[in-house]
Amino acid sequence: MKNIMRVITDSLRMARKDLLDFARDRMQLVFFIIMPIFMMIMTGFIFPTENSLKDIPLGIANQDTGQMSVTMTQVLTDMKTSNGDHIFTVKTYSDADSIKDAIKSQEIHGGVYIASDFSQMIQQNQQATVSIIPDQSNPQISQILTQLLQQVISGTSTGVAQTKVGEIIKLSAAANPELGQINPATIIQPIQSTIDDLIPGNPNYFQFVAPGIMALIVMMSVMTGLAVSVSREREAGTMDGLLIAPVSRLSIILGKALSQTARGMVQGMVVLLLAILIFGVHVYGNWLIMIVLLFLGVFAFMGIGILVSAVASAQESAMTMMMTFQFPMMFLSGVFFPIQQMPQFMQYISKIIPLTYEATALRKVIVLGAGFTAVWTEILILLIFGVVMLAIAVPTFRRVITR
Amino acid sequence: MNIIEVKNLTRKFKELTAVDNISFYVAEGEVFGFLGPNGAGKSTTIKMLCTLLQPTSGSGRVAGHDIVKEPARVREHIGLVAEKIILYDRLTALENLMFFGSLYHLPKKEIKVRAMKWLKALEMDRWADKLTGTFSTGMKQRVNIARALLTEPEVMFLDEPTLGLDPQTSRSIRDFIQDLHEHGVTVILTTHIMPEADELSDTVAIIDRGKIIAIDTPKNLKLSLNKENATLEDVFLQLTGRDMREETHEEIPSARSGRHMFGGKSRIR
Repeated sequence: MKNIMRVITDSLRMARKDLLDFARDRMQLVFFIIMPIFMMIMTGFIFPTENSLKDIPLGIANQDTGQMSVTMTQVLTDMKTSNGDHIFTVKTYSDADSIKDAIKSQEIHGGVYIASDFSQMIQQNQQATVSIIPDQSNPQISQILTQLLQQVISGTSTGVAQTKVGEIIKLSAAANPELGQINPATIIQPIQSTIDDLIPGNPNYFQFVAPGIMALIVMMSVMTGLAVSVSREREAGTMDGLLIAPVSRLSIILGKALSQTARGMVQGMVVLLLAILIFGVHVYGNWLIMIVLLFLGVFAFMGIGILVSAVASAQESAMTMMMTFQFPMMFLSGVFFPIQQMPQFMQYISKIIPLTYEATALRKVIVLGAGFTAVWTEILILLIFGVVMLAIAVPTFRRVITR
Repeated sequence: MNIIEVKNLTRKFKELTAVDNISFYVAEGEVFGFLGPNGAGKSTTIKMLCTLLQPTSGSGRVAGHDIVKEPARVREHIGLVAEKIILYDRLTALENLMFFGSLYHLPKKEIKVRAMKWLKALEMDRWADKLTGTFSTGMKQRVNIARALLTEPEVMFLDEPTLGLDPQTSRSIRDFIQDLHEHGVTVILTTHIMPEADELSDTVAIIDRGKIIAIDTPKNLKLSLNKENATLEDVFLQLTGRDMREETHEEIPSARSGRHMFGGKSRIR
C-alpha cells in the first residue's frame, strides 16, 4: 500500500515537472494551439459543401424564344445557397459549340443548351430536350453542377406535366365526373419521400469531421508526445538522473503518461471549442460521455506511445516510427472518409485500429446525441485495447530502459 | 573498509567487450582516479556501478549493496555527475534541485535548505531562480554538481566533471572535490586531464581495452617509471601507448538504435 502511494506521488511529481517544462516552451505551446486550428480549417473548408459552392461560372445557350426557356434561365440565375449567395454566375452563349469552347478555355465550369425547338416541342406534346454540358476535367464540381441542373430541369418538367395532366383530367371528367377530383400531383408523383431527422437541421461535412479530428489530434498528441518526450530525456541525459534516483521505473513512465494525458485532454478540448465557436458544430450528446470517451482514447493510445519510446532511442527515429503508424490510421479510421466507402479489405484493417472506435463513438455522441448504451461496445474495445497495449508496453519499457 | 568492491565485472555489447573481467576496491573516503583512453571502458564501468547498465557477468557492491540484486538500495547512496548534464533547461536552478531532491523522498523544507547550501558552496546561489537553459556550461556544471550532492551521498561518481570548462571554473570544481574529500565523501573521478588526476586522487586506476592495467597511488605509479620528474602523463602514455583510439560506440544514439532497434538485453549504451 505504501509502495503504491509512493509510485503515485512520484509519478505526479514527474508529470508536474514535464508540464512545467512544456508550459515554458513558448514555441511548442503556440503550435500546440495552432496545429488543431490548421487541421480544422483545412478539413472544414477544403471539402466542397453546398454552401461553399457559389458563383460557379455557368454558360447558357438559349436558342428558344418561348416563355418556358426564359423562366428556366431565370431560375438558374436566381438560384441561391442557404447563405444567400448566388450559386451560378450565368454567361450567355450562342450555341452548344461555343459553350464547349468556353469550357475548354475554363471560362465556365459547365453549360446548358436549349435548342430552338424547345417550346415548340412542348406545345406539340412531344418530349423536349435540354442538354447539360459538364466540365469533365473537374469531376467533383461537374457532379454537383449536373445534379443541380437536373433538379431545375426536372422541376420545370414537373410544372409542365402538372398543367398537361390537369388538362387531361378536365377532359376525362366530362366522361366520368369522379376523375375530376384527382390531384394531378398524385399521378405524376404517386410516391412522396420525406426525411425524418434525428437531429434538427442539415449536418455539414464539418459536423462529420469534427469528432474524428478531435480523436485524431488526441491520438497524435499522446503518441508522439510520449515518445518524443522520453527519447528527448534519453538524448539529453536527464533520463539517467531519473533512473539513478530511488524511484520505480513504473513511476517514471506513469509520470510521462500522466503529463501526456493532461496535454491530450486540453488539446481535445481546444479542438472542440474551436469547432463550436468557429465552425458552428453543435454537441447533441452528453458532455460527460464525451469527456470519458476522450480520456479512453488517450488511454488506448498510451501503450503504443510507451512501446515506441522504449524501442526508439533517438527523437528522430521516434518521430519516423510514429508517422508510419499514424498515417494509415488517419485515413483508415474513417476520420475523413466514411469507412463504408472503402474497399472491403481496407474495412477489415480499419476494424483493428482503435482510432476507428474512438472516432465512431465520438461522432455518435456529438452528432447524433447518442447515450451510453449506444457506445458501450466502443468503450469496451478501447478499454481492452488500452489494457493489452499497456500490459505489453510497460514491462518492455522497464526491461529496455536499464539495458 | 571498502565502499566499492568490484569482482570480475564484465560487460559485452554484441561482439565488443567494453569491460573485460575487472576487479578492484575503493576504500571509503578516498578519491579514486579512473583513467583511460577514449573507449577504454570507464563510462561503462561507472554506469554499471550506478545501476544504469546491467553487467554481463561478475558482481559489484557499492556502499554494501549488490548492484544487480539491490539496485534500489545502491541508488540511495550514490550521486552522479555524468558526461551529459542532468538538468532540465526550462526549469530554474532551484526548481531542478527541488525536483530531483523530491525523488529521494526528503522533506520539502530539508531539500530547499540543502539546495541553497550547495548552490552557495558552488557560488550559484545568485542564480537560483534563473532558467538553467540560460547558463554557461560552467554554471550548469556547478548546478549539476549541487544536484548530485543534494542527497549527501556517500559515493560521488564524477565522469569528466571539468570537460569543456574554462580554467577558472575547472579550478573551483577541483577545489570543491578537494573539499568533498576532506568531508569524507568517496569520489570516483574519471578525467583525461592528467595533472587533475594527479592532484586529486589518492589512488589511480588505469583502464585500457576493458582491462585495468595499473592501480596504485599516483606517487608509486610515477616512481615505477624510474625517470626523474616523471609525470602521471608519462605513466599513462607508457602504459597505454601513443596510438590514438577510435571510439566505436556510444556517440550516436541513432546508430545505436539502428543496430539494436528492438531493444533487448544487449543494447549498446
